Parts: sequence; structure tokens; C-alpha cells
Amino acid sequence: MSVASGAPAGDSGETLLSIEHVSLSFGGVRAIRDVSFDIRRGEIRAIIGPNGAGKTSMLNVINGFYHPQAGRITYKGATRRRMRPHQAAAQGIARTFQNVALFKGMTTLDNILAGRTLRMRKSFFWQLWRYGPALTEEIEHRKYCEEIIDFLEIERIRKEPVGRLPYGLQKRVELGRALAMQPELLLLDEPMAGMNLEEKEDMSRFILDVNAEFGTTIALIEHDIGVVMDLSDRIVVLDYGNKIADDRPDEVRRDQAVIDAYLGVVH
Amino acid sequence: MTLLYSIFVDPFVQMAGAPDLLVQTLWEGLVGGVLYALIALGFVLIFKASGVFNFAQGIMMVFAALTLVGLHEKGVPAFVALGLTIVVMFLLAVAVERVILRPLVNQPDIILFMATFGLTYVLIGLGELVFGGNPKNMITSELLLPSGSLDFKVLGGLVSLQKIDIAAAIIASLMVAVLAVFFQKTRIGRALRAVADDHQAALSVGISLDQIWVIVWFTAGLVALATGIMWGARSNVSFALEIVALKALPVLILGGLTSVPGAIVGGLIIGIGEKLGEFYWGPLIGGGVESWLAYFIALAVLLVRPQGLFGEKIIERI
Repeated sequence: MSVASGAPAGDSGETLLSIEHVSLSFGGVRAIRDVSFDIRRGEIRAIIGPNGAGKTSMLNVINGFYHPQAGRITYKGATRRRMRPHQAAAQGIARTFQNVALFKGMTTLDNILAGRTLRMRKSFFWQLWRYGPALTEEIEHRKYCEEIIDFLEIERIRKEPVGRLPYGLQKRVELGRALAMQPELLLLDEPMAGMNLEEKEDMSRFILDVNAEFGTTIALIEHDIGVVMDLSDRIVVLDYGNKIADDRPDEVRRDQAVIDAYLGVVH
Repeated sequence: MTLLYSIFVDPFVQMAGAPDLLVQTLWEGLVGGVLYALIALGFVLIFKASGVFNFAQGIMMVFAALTLVGLHEKGVPAFVALGLTIVVMFLLAVAVERVILRPLVNQPDIILFMATFGLTYVLIGLGELVFGGNPKNMITSELLLPSGSLDFKVLGGLVSLQKIDIAAAIIASLMVAVLAVFFQKTRIGRALRAVADDHQAALSVGISLDQIWVIVWFTAGLVALATGIMWGARSNVSFALEIVALKALPVLILGGLTSVPGAIVGGLIIGIGEKLGEFYWGPLIGGGVESWLAYFIALAVLLVRPQGLFGEKIIERI
């Protein structure tokens, strides 16, 4: 079980997740209006848009926190009705959060181990005795987590309670926890928010490496347009819950509707 | 001067003068403390996992004991009744998750707290409806729990230990040990701590909140059953027993709401403290110290350590 194994990265052309005509509203507020797009296996897909465009709502729909009122979501060929978050996780969807949702009282290592929850199979009777198959299993999981820690260069903080870590490192631990799930689809909600240039460069490198080495499909929300253009294969642009563009970075950069939404226009 | 003497010197002279009495008092305090610790443990389990202060914990204890005795009265053999009661506590956990926790997820804590008030009255009503409201005797001997007492010659005097108290102390210690290992060492334990820390994050790594809540409430139900049997054996089984659950509050304050070791140490401090206080200092103000001393001790601890003796210090980056 090595971290650096997996399918070659890059756009494979095979659709991993498709969103068709999805609408989501909270009371009278329509957060997402009839949006369709797809995510192909192996690509880095960015979702961008001004504040309140419905980006985070879209991620919440994908991993089952929200249930859209209309539309179809097909993941790995199966169309789902109402999927609960832990089921999404079981099917290989991992995510990080805009405001860092870590287990603050636990150490870095424990946080990342928590990402292995679904992969621990031995019954708790074995675990109680820390013996036999459960011990072997625990050692395997620990080894895997140590590899992730190595990969993310956070050895120094293995035993620190994460509540004490600076923000940039917390974001990295959160990525580590998501990686521990060995996800097929990784959702990153503003992975670089609040970071300085150096930290952003580090994080960009990790994201590219994850995509290349693990072959993980990534969907990310990010405000730093420069970073988004460099990282992603394709970009969806949302504005007020509507999709206004969906294309490769170069085309999106030239798209008049996108420029209007971001810069504002005089009508 | 006489007052100071009778507070600070005389009690210790008495202790030294009659060490057998001191041992007896300490023992009674220890047993009471272990039982308080068990009740507090039920609170801590649920508070840790769902952030809910479960007001119904005391009633769950009475309800469990009442179900056990009530079933036996209706002609069910003792150990079958015990098994059935465990099943009932499991069904209760499932019902609580479905009817209370799931619809109220993400609501403010105070709403959930109020919901446990509601649960309290539902359980009281249900218990009285099915098994009647009269006090009942715990089926101690049927459950093969010992009765009578053992007398020891200690330090020139006679110390008498109730066998049921010894059994209670042993059973409680075993339960605490098993729970501690369960929550520290297993996958479910790690999941439980994760849920306690952050619901959303726990969901995102694939932990099922529903499942964890059922497990926790069921465990709290089992603890309630064990406590109910022990307290029931010492007095009898009636809804008045709920009062002893209130004693768990100072224990919780003392130990910190989130700490299992805190619940145990807190329970022992309160149990031993109130017996010593009652016996040696009580006569100074005409007795009756036992009913409020626990709160007094808890208050004193709060002044020094607002998070309790073992509570998690809240880490907040600004």
C-alpha cells in the first residue's frame, strides 16, 4: 500500500461525476439555478465565481450535505437520490472545508488516522485487545498515515494538537486527512484562503502532486485566479447560482461574461 | 477560639482516636463515590459525543431499574428480564436518535437540552403507565448479588462492609475500565472523539452520526442500568431515586464535563468528601451537611479551575 501509486493523471475523458440541471434553494433564496457540468476522471476541475455564487453549496451538494430540489447527480455511473455524507465518503468522495474543520483537540496524526475510519475493518472486539489481525491492521494504517505526513512535509507537527497550529498548517493537515481516505474524488474548498505566497506555492505543489502521483480527481474552489489558471484543466464559473462559463482556462480568461461578473460592468 | 478548635483540630483528633470509624467512613464514601462516578459517566459519554447535556440521565437510570424489576414482577425470570431490559435500553437509544437527535441536528445546544427535559417526562410517564408508580424492591438475590455484610477487625475496632457495596465497587470499576479502553483504543472510540470535536468534519470522513449516537446513548443506557441496580439495591426503585442523579452535577463540575477520568475522580472526591464532612464536621451545625456539601466542594473547585479538574482547556486562536 504505497502512497505514490495510482493511475497516471490527466484528463482521461471518462466522466466521473456529472451534475445535470441541479437547483438548490433555501426558502426563498435560490443558491443554485439549473446548473449542469461534469468532472472527468483524473482532471483538476475548478469552480470559481464571486462571493455568494453558490460554489460551496455546489460542493455540499456533491458530498451529500445538501440535497438539491431538482436535478440529477451521477457518480461513477450510478444516479443517486438522496445520498448522506458518510455514504458519499464510503464511495470515495473526500473534502476539505473553507473554514478548516479539523478535530481540534486531537493531534495531527490522530486527525489523519480519523481519515482511515472507513478503511478499518476489524471488529472492535479485536481492537479492544490490540492483538492479532487488529494490530496488523492498525500498523498498516499508521504506516499509510506516516507516508502522507511525509508527503505533506508535516513530520514536525505529528504529535501537536491541531488547534494550536497556524492556519496554513491546519489547511495542510486537513488535506492530509482527506488523502488518508484514498479518495477518488477530492473536493477542496478554498485550499489557499488566507495563505501567503509561499504557502500558496507549497499548497499548489501538493495539489498537483496528489493529482499526478495518486491519480486523484480534484474539484477545487479558489479565489486566486492566477493559481486557478495554473492548476486546473477546466473551469466552471458560477455567478448568482447560474453557470456563466465552462471551459479551459485560456478561454475562460477571455470570456466576456466572466470578466463582467468579476469586474462589474456598467449596464 | 473554641470554634476554630472544633473546626480545624477536633475532627482530626477524633479521626486519630478512632481509626476504625475513619476507615468505615472512608469506605462508605468510596462506595457512594463510585456510584456517583457511574452516573456522571453517563452524562459525560453523551455530552462528549453529541454536546448535549442529557437531563434525562437520572430518569434513564430509574427507568432501567424499573423495567428490570417490573418485568420480573410480571413473572419473567431474573436474567431474562436483565436481557430484555438491555434490549429495551437499545430500543430507547434508537428511538432517541430517530425522534430527537436526527430532526434537531445543528440546532443550538439549548434546544437539545430542552428536548432531554421532554424525554424525562416521557420516560416517567411511560414507566408509571407500564409498571405502576409504587416503589419496588430491587431483585438483588435473584441477580445473584450478595447480601449481608463482612466484618473486619481493623486497627483495634470492627469495620463492617456490606457485600452489595463490595460488589458495586467491583462492577463499577470493571465497567469504567472497559469503557475507558473501548473509547481510547477502538475505531469507534476515535470516531466518537471525532464527532465530539466537529460534526461536519466527522461526516466528511465517513463517520455516520446516527450510528455513533445510537452507540453512545445505548452505552449510557447500560451505565444507567448498572447504576440503577446498585442504587436500587441500597434503597429501593422509585422515581425519587432521580435525586441521586442530581448529585452527579457537582461531580461533573468538579471533573469537567468532557473527561471520563474526571467523572471518576470527581465522583470519589464528592463521595468521600460528603461522608467525612457529614460525620466529622456535620455535628457542628446540627447535621444535614451531606445534602449540600457536594455543591460547596464543586463551587470551591470552580473558583480555582473554571474548566474543572480534568476538563479540556479550550484552545482558541484569535
